[in-house]
Amino acid sequence: MHILVLLKMVPDVVEDLEIAPDGKALDLEYLRMILSESDDHALEQALLMKERHGGKVTVLALDAPEVDDALFTAAAKGADRVVKVVGMDAGLTTRQAARVFAQVIQSETGLMPADLVLTGVQAIDDLDGLIAPLVAHELGLPYLGIVTRVTFDAPGQLVQAIKEYSGGVRGEFEVKLPAVLGMQAAERPPRYVPVAKVRTAMKSQKIECTPAPIADGGWLAIEVVEMKRNEPAGHAEMLEGDADQASGRLCGILAERGIF
Amino acid sequence: MATCPATLEELPRYPEGKEILTCLQCGMCSGTCPYGDVMDYPPRRMIAMMRAGMLEKVFTSDSLLSCVACYACMAKCPRGIRLTEILLPLMKEQTLTHLPELPSELQKALQNTLRYGNPMGEPSRKRAAWVKTSGVPIRIFAEDRRPADVLWFVECYTSYYPRGQDNCRATAKVFDRLGIDFAILGNEEKCAGECGRLTWEPGLFETLMDYNMAVFQKYQFNRIVTSCPHAHNAFKNRYPALGFNWGLEHTTPFLGKHLAQLKPLLTRKLNCTVTYHDSCCLGRQNEFYEAPRQLLQAIPGVKLVEMVHNRLNAICCGGGGGGMWLDTYFKAKGYERLSERRVKEAAATGADVLAVSCPYEVSRFEDALKVLGYDKRIIVRDVTELLAEAMEE
Amino acid sequence: MTGNVWVVAEQWRGHLSEITYEMLALGREVADGLGVPLTAVLAGCGIQELAQTLGCADNVLYVDHPLLAEPIPELCADALAQLIEARKPCALLVPLTNVSLGVGTLVAIRLGNSAVNFCKDIKIVDGKLQAICVMYGGKIEVAVEPAGGLAIVGVWPGARPADKGRSERSPAIEEATVTLEDSRVRLKKYIDPEADDVDLTKQDVLVAVGRGIQSRDNIALAEELAKALGGAVAGSRPVIDQGWLPLSSQIGKSGLAVKPKLYVALGISGAPEHIEGMKDAGLIVAVNSDARAPIFNVAHYGIVGDVLETLPALTAAIETRKAASHHA
Repeated sequence: MHILVLLKMVPDVVEDLEIAPDGKALDLEYLRMILSESDDHALEQALLMKERHGGKVTVLALDAPEVDDALFTAAAKGADRVVKVVGMDAGLTTRQAARVFAQVIQSETGLMPADLVLTGVQAIDDLDGLIAPLVAHELGLPYLGIVTRVTFDAPGQLVQAIKEYSGGVRGEFEVKLPAVLGMQAAERPPRYVPVAKVRTAMKSQKIECTPAPIADGGWLAIEVVEMKRNEPAGHAEMLEGDADQASGRLCGILAERGIF
Repeated sequence: MATCPATLEELPRYPEGKEILTCLQCGMCSGTCPYGDVMDYPPRRMIAMMRAGMLEKVFTSDSLLSCVACYACMAKCPRGIRLTEILLPLMKEQTLTHLPELPSELQKALQNTLRYGNPMGEPSRKRAAWVKTSGVPIRIFAEDRRPADVLWFVECYTSYYPRGQDNCRATAKVFDRLGIDFAILGNEEKCAGECGRLTWEPGLFETLMDYNMAVFQKYQFNRIVTSCPHAHNAFKNRYPALGFNWGLEHTTPFLGKHLAQLKPLLTRKLNCTVTYHDSCCLGRQNEFYEAPRQLLQAIPGVKLVEMVHNRLNAICCGGGGGGMWLDTYFKAKGYERLSERRVKEAAATGADVLAVSCPYEVSRFEDALKVLGYDKRIIVRDVTELLAEAMEE
Repeated sequence: MTGNVWVVAEQWRGHLSEITYEMLALGREVADGLGVPLTAVLAGCGIQELAQTLGCADNVLYVDHPLLAEPIPELCADALAQLIEARKPCALLVPLTNVSLGVGTLVAIRLGNSAVNFCKDIKIVDGKLQAICVMYGGKIEVAVEPAGGLAIVGVWPGARPADKGRSERSPAIEEATVTLEDSRVRLKKYIDPEADDVDLTKQDVLVAVGRGIQSRDNIALAEELAKALGGAVAGSRPVIDQGWLPLSSQIGKSGLAVKPKLYVALGISGAPEHIEGMKDAGLIVAVNSDARAPIFNVAHYGIVGDVLETLPALTAAIETRKAASHHA
């Protein structure tokens, strides 16, 4: 069995995000990048399935600051092959990133055939699309998103996948392979790998680099008019009065917001 | 200090390893261990298993998760076996790789420390945010590269937590009144890594040690004074291997050395009964018992009372060895929190103030006081906070 | 821009989702702003009667196809793409919900069109549609203009009040046909949650108690409020440590991280460990006797007072209001 995992680095929101002087993008100076959270779950799911069924896991990522950390960590966790696409323009949108992924998957030896292509369901910077359905479309593969459980059904070349709906409802789906799944959460939280193991991986394993295909535009873009910080409320609006008065006001606010 | 064994395989070749093999199996360690009665393999049994070649069983049990690195076992061992310093960290490292799943809070703390330089996962750019609230000017090396006498290593809990920041402001005020020439690293500072070392992750510790040594070498100072006893330990015991050769003090004994100068500045009467909690790192490990007590007694209107377990016998707050991030894990197993055990002792002395000198202790004891309903009777204050309060504005 | 504004009326398991009405309210404003009609697009199998409630729109385009009986994003997108190619709307508003996630993206790529995600509001600027989107976990707001004649926009829940999208009007209903092929994705069945298996991370409303609740018995008061609001009770660490609530109810660093629509923090001081678990809630309301409790720094509304007095007063006010609106 071969599972291909697509990883994307996104801005780390723990650090304060600043806007660039042109007012249309993030200021890159203090920006740190981190592996998109649901991509980490996609990797964990792939590793769990490898442990169960054998086979191999290949990880493919686009070059970005701190991506090497993520790739070596993936290798230390058990990925068999880690590949990085280099030479692209900086600041690709999700749509452009998906196109690069799809082209590289088809052109780079050994990435296909894969039984499953796993990636996160959604990333915090997915302004113009989602990786999973875009890649699925480009590769002509079926797609299912918000998946929390995947079971490989060997004889029928199928997977059983659980998709999450609101209110605790889940849907049990059957997907014919090969397929692309957008993972919401792996069956268990992403495993911890000791720093020492990652440091060992840095010395013993190699990240393969593959050149990016020539950018071909040809789709309609979206234009960013303005980007700014979403200012949070600094302090609560205090509701005055005794218990009855204050709670009466609060009740009114909740009703207005459609809470009940 | 001689180089330490890096792995359990190497251990027998080192003097410390040979020492472990001379264990009498007297059981003093297990008896004095605060969680010894709930571990499958308390220290004595651990050594027995080691000698029997059956360590696998220890690694796959969760005994090491219950060790709070309080040094009690090491302090009482008649053979002087370096349990907490040498054997236990190596055991913990193995446990981490053998456990199918690490408790998530601990895992998050370790990941955060690696990525952000602090276990809370706060941004590094906010580490020096408290400086703006200080009543006295604070020099940051990156902004003003002149040499200083003291590099004040503030550490994580002190920098980011509101109660820790109270401590920072107090420390800054006292340093200022004493005319100490100090500067801090500000946002360049990252955790000294001691909890990584004692808790499972030598790789994390090495990464932080490499980073911190590189930062230290950028600036000129004579010594490091730190508010955190854990950082103090790391600098004292491990960093010399990478060339750390500056003077080193924890703030409490450092201020203790300035007692003659401090005393005339302590003019406000605090009128309270204080009991002092000996932190494990400062107390048992380094034997700094008297300096904090002398400082407290120098404050006008302070009456000092002792808890039943004090000095060498003090009960750990439960925060070391990763315990800071294992409270929910302990609770789920039904353990009594050590901080609660300790706070009951404090209440029994009739004291109004529980004085501490480790940043972990503030939140742990304040939490315990709330849970036990003593929070109206007793407040927790760092020794430095009390000193600052006793000074005029 | 020419062409209608289309809103995807999301139906799931035989019911129209709340977000449908929210988006109709938004769509109405956009359509009026552009001076074009508003169309609701309803796709499914055997759900024609749902079209009646979509009167906020000028007309309903209804597609009935056996392959649309279950929510398969690829099939839904295929159907929409065919309708769009035939009728050329100027905007398509798609809900960002679990049911519809991926549909907007798939429609866009099938048509070679752009897609906008994460939209919380739409403005008309110089006769063009401008989407206001929140990215990066809510920290950044970005205004974007899709190029070309069709704006495909994925809209967050809560963009407008659902009530503004409801209407007594009977819309004109037109049936349209599409050709669909079997998908390689098949829904076998739904798994509904156990009656008592309450997953707090899925609740829209959480009533959380801290030390200020003072005793195990008083938790019943919180349960009443939770019931009135259609939510569940949670707790901060001290309460769980006391054994007054189970571990599965713990919110915070050592417990759950939740993002409900409403989080009511009762007698919770707001220690960083707790805030971490609930700071992203949509609306945070805090009651605490200490005016300087840190919880008030993250709450949207606050009441300084005794939890044990305020809590029952609030429950009573809500019950009264609900009873009144049922009689209206």
